[in-house]
Amino acid sequence: MEKMATRDAYGIALAELGKNNDNVVVVDADLSGSTKTSVFKKEFPERFFNIGIAEQNLMGCAAGLAAAGKIPFASTFAIFACGRAYDQIRNTIGYGCLNVKIAASHAGLTVGEDGGSHQMLEDIALMRAIPGMTVIVPADGEETKQAIVAASEYEGPVYIRLGRPKVPMIFDNSYKFEIGKAKLIEDGNDVSIIATGIMVGEALKAREELLKQGIKASVLNISTIKPLDKDAIIKEAQKSGAIITCEEHNINGGLGSAVAEVLVENCPIHMERVGVNDIFGRSGKPDELLEVYGLTAKHIAEKAVNLINKK
Amino acid sequence: MLTESTNMLTKKATEIRRNIIKMIGAAGSGHPGGSLSATDIVTYLYFKEMKVDANNPKWDERDRFVLSKGHAAPVLYAALAEKGFFPVKELLTLRQIDSKLQGHPDMKKVSGVEMSTGSLGTGFSTSIGMALAGKLDKRDSYIYVMLGDGELQEGQVWEAAMAASHYKLDNIIAILDNNGLQIDGNIEEVMNPYPIIDKWSAFGWDVIEIDGHDFESIEAGFKKAKETKGKPSILVAKTVKGKGVSFMENKANWHGSAPNKEEVDKALQELQA
Repeated sequence: MEKMATRDAYGIALAELGKNNDNVVVVDADLSGSTKTSVFKKEFPERFFNIGIAEQNLMGCAAGLAAAGKIPFASTFAIFACGRAYDQIRNTIGYGCLNVKIAASHAGLTVGEDGGSHQMLEDIALMRAIPGMTVIVPADGEETKQAIVAASEYEGPVYIRLGRPKVPMIFDNSYKFEIGKAKLIEDGNDVSIIATGIMVGEALKAREELLKQGIKASVLNISTIKPLDKDAIIKEAQKSGAIITCEEHNINGGLGSAVAEVLVENCPIHMERVGVNDIFGRSGKPDELLEVYGLTAKHIAEKAVNLINKK
Repeated sequence: MLTESTNMLTKKATEIRRNIIKMIGAAGSGHPGGSLSATDIVTYLYFKEMKVDANNPKWDERDRFVLSKGHAAPVLYAALAEKGFFPVKELLTLRQIDSKLQGHPDMKKVSGVEMSTGSLGTGFSTSIGMALAGKLDKRDSYIYVMLGDGELQEGQVWEAAMAASHYKLDNIIAILDNNGLQIDGNIEEVMNPYPIIDKWSAFGWDVIEIDGHDFESIEAGFKKAKETKGKPSILVAKTVKGKGVSFMENKANWHGSAPNKEEVDKALQELQA
């Protein structure tokens, strides 16, 4: 299967966007080679601003550029964007409802060897708690490319979560990404696997394993965590009566929490959350980390079987 | 400067100071000290210096003012109202439940407010972004940004200061309201930001010292700042916290306390045009 890192897709999409829209500008904090904004920088050096290792100022500059009519994409690692500069995102970009696109790479465990200090596992929770913030977690390269275009056309603050490693391509260009719309990739009545980001690929693998046991799972890709496609979640709950959420994020505050909120208010059913169980990450290879922290297809399938038994 | 112009500015500044006292008195909370220290500079900006149009607040070619020391919102609101951005009578709704005049400036609610501020250091950074956009668009307009001296303790200020000189942003003019006091006392005692002049010079800024309560000094400062090319300028303005109200002057405890009815009356008696 063809593979591509979502950050690579971002770099390509951003450079393409630069050609089509003169108002698109990029700010980065000394990580352009890693966030892939370097692709845009090469094409449009006059519209690229390296702010240096200064994430608070990165977000502030992006806010000022937006206030002056530009469409800034602000990039750094997710840990620095949402951690170091939370106040600037909350109080300047969010509170001012400014048209800034925060495209943060190296989110989650799959940063790998850099370890727990660099593995951002709380960004979805932090960003979705900000009023008016749109939160997008693309599953693959194609969805990333479309999400970048959609974010540029949408007026308001957007957080886009990107990853470091190459991940399988799930969609082709017949797919149509829409902000706020979940996508049912596979259907099934026994259990619903709701996944976001790189966990969508694992969810699809889990579905294959479950099929071998005669269990038909649906796989719902939720790439917009906020605003959340509540109807799609409720539909799955009513159909299968069992939901598993999968995210490369702390189980507290992320996709699992968002889905639980919808279920408890609308149609409480059995659910399980696959994610990092409220602990920090550590150094290791991405695959090793996903295994150690329980974020693989095997873990999803096991939880699915347990859940079905509870029904 | 023409005496006529100085007279006009003095009258406007007095009116703005009176409104600051009235609105904070009516609200029962707010920040009079730093609003009064900034009044003459803000008055000069809106009535002499900046290209702004109350009837066309989003005019592309306008100059922009960012109040990075957002707690001085009353001086900004009073100046905007005096300039015609919204009715002066609305000032008395400051901080009330249905008012657009929030405790700290909210760009979504108030015409003429260019940036939501309040968390210190953030506004200064946004002015750098605005100046970068101005350079890209080759606009003949300036970004003015006012900081407090206590605000210099925020690390973000120095991140932004470095970026402004790195990008040679001579379309940005910062003003430091150097009144020497912050909530907990003298700035030197709380966390000494001095030597302020040397710091800004070292960060690549053109530093211009002015008397923040003397319109001729203020005018000369902005004139010099606009002559500076290839780097940003900062006017370090010596000011008096609580300026114009004798019992508030140079008192840190008037940073964030509202005058009671008696104190409002006493202040207004002193502030006669």
